[in-house]
Amino acid sequence: MSLHVDAGQPTRAPMPPSRRRAKPRPGRSFLTWLDLKAAPYLLVSPYYILFLIFGLFPLAFTLYYSFFDYDLTGTVEWTGLGNFTALLDDAAFWRAVVNTLAMFLIATVPQILLALLLANALNKRMKFQLFVRLGVLLPLVTSVVAVAVVFTQLYGRDWGVVNWVLGWFGADPIDWKAERLPSWLAIATMVDWRWTGYNAIIFLAGMQTIPKDLYEAASIDGASRRRQFWQITVPMLRPTMIFVVLNSTIGGLTLFAEPTTFYNGNVHGGTTSQFQTVSMFIFEQGFREFDYGYASAAAWLLFLLILIGSAINFLLIRRIGGNK
Amino acid sequence: MTTISAPAGTRRRTKAPSGATSLWTATPMTRLVLAVTIIISAFPLYYMIVIASRTNTEATDMPPPFLPGGKLGENVQRVLSNPDAHYLTGLTNSLIIACTVTISVVLISTFAGFAFARLQFKGGKVLLLLVLLTMMVPLQQMGIVPLYRLMVSLEWVGSIKAVILPFLLNGFGVFLMTQYTQQAVPNELIEAARVDGASTLRIWWNVVLPAVRPGMGVLGINTFMLIWNDFMWPLIVLTPDNPTVQVAINSLNAKYGTDYVLIFSGTLMSILPLIVVFIAFGRQIIGGLMEGAVKA
Repeated sequence: MSLHVDAGQPTRAPMPPSRRRAKPRPGRSFLTWLDLKAAPYLLVSPYYILFLIFGLFPLAFTLYYSFFDYDLTGTVEWTGLGNFTALLDDAAFWRAVVNTLAMFLIATVPQILLALLLANALNKRMKFQLFVRLGVLLPLVTSVVAVAVVFTQLYGRDWGVVNWVLGWFGADPIDWKAERLPSWLAIATMVDWRWTGYNAIIFLAGMQTIPKDLYEAASIDGASRRRQFWQITVPMLRPTMIFVVLNSTIGGLTLFAEPTTFYNGNVHGGTTSQFQTVSMFIFEQGFREFDYGYASAAAWLLFLLILIGSAINFLLIRRIGGNK
Repeated sequence: MTTISAPAGTRRRTKAPSGATSLWTATPMTRLVLAVTIIISAFPLYYMIVIASRTNTEATDMPPPFLPGGKLGENVQRVLSNPDAHYLTGLTNSLIIACTVTISVVLISTFAGFAFARLQFKGGKVLLLLVLLTMMVPLQQMGIVPLYRLMVSLEWVGSIKAVILPFLLNGFGVFLMTQYTQQAVPNELIEAARVDGASTLRIWWNVVLPAVRPGMGVLGINTFMLIWNDFMWPLIVLTPDNPTVQVAINSLNAKYGTDYVLIFSGTLMSILPLIVVFIAFGRQIIGGLMEGAVKA
């Protein structure tokens, strides 16, 4: 509780610290009101004003646009739900949805598991602790486009390091860009490389709040380390897990830079759109085909996808700790 | 530590309490895992340097080169003088955009965080909930068409204003600073300042600001990286002759897809500011991530 309740009292007057007991002069009451009642609103208002202009207004207009048909000649026509029904019938849109979901799953599941194990390793006592943590976080400071450029080269068909290494084991070179699964894998590794360390540091923060006597009690009861990890660490990390998973869900379902760079900056996502994501689809429809209505409708369906994805993940995580 | 309440006989297996202590020291296996992780983390960055300092024929050699060559300066020159990339413009633009947005986001979030965490006002809870809800909406992707149309009608397309303005706010920032202020500024401190007659703004300046400075730092670095890396929106709203650095790399990549050396030198330069920030503030980044973000 702050002292707002007794706002009218003399001590409330906005005075320099040295003159604490001064009586409020008549002209001060407006200032006092301003200071105590209006100040909170003034402090939060910049956020909401900007949000109104650059958040809510575009959001509302996306809905509005999604009811219209735009074409390249500039003709605008009301279609009602036409864009939405057309999208649900559009094989290209569904392909983008499948691509996005597949890459999201391929990237996120191993990423969360790896981050957990990595955090567990980082949580041990060792020398050069700060150095190790910085090393793990290093990928975060690179730029997405830079990462994608490097990985695209590493995954090159003819001169790529990955194929070269695979060659040691007698594998034939893989044309990573040409087909669906290889391209998904390649893009998923770019995402994982960048974010696993970051998530590990966040998990580590969560792990350090778990009381150590839980582990001591468990090991006295004879629980193995592995068992302690799955039965104590993981359930206790639930709040952190929610944060990490929801973050990865939004990031994963709005994937754009990596797959775009993988195809030399083209939003078509490969020759047959084999790795085009929903975000790239929206970009293509809106800013290559200039069908603003169609792109807007796709944006709403993407949002729906994110809501469903987040809800599923949220329910899954709630069950992790619920088995006790 | 050593006082264990359960009587010794009740244990099913007496697997020695040393299990508890050994849990906290790194085994050779742990060290190996971490070493491998760090190598994997650093390798693409190192490889960037390798290719950026080579020639194109060397870059497509089989087996690929794994040591840096001596052509870095020359390649950097080529990037800077490339007529299609406008690389220096891109670099300057990115710096201006990232700095402006960072300052704005940090200020707005610190203001709002203080109000939400330490001032009681009608509707405060609802307003905060609203911020949290907007964190779930990918505003940038959702509102992309109307935002673009807005920029068209303001005639800002091609100008960096169009990249700066939509990003001056950030729901996550408000959330973070609310959390941080709650943690770092005890209520008693605010009350004491009130008793001393300090105005709200003065409390913000003299009490809150010094206490939440670490939180501001983390938010600032986060925002800077986020904006520096932003790709989709600048690609839509900027023209190739006035790009951000990411768009400049993209132009190089799209046009000179096989000139690896050129592209790698460009990407290498594009992450230099981030590396500098990382080296200078690494400890704070780790500390801030660990402390501020997720104490839910």
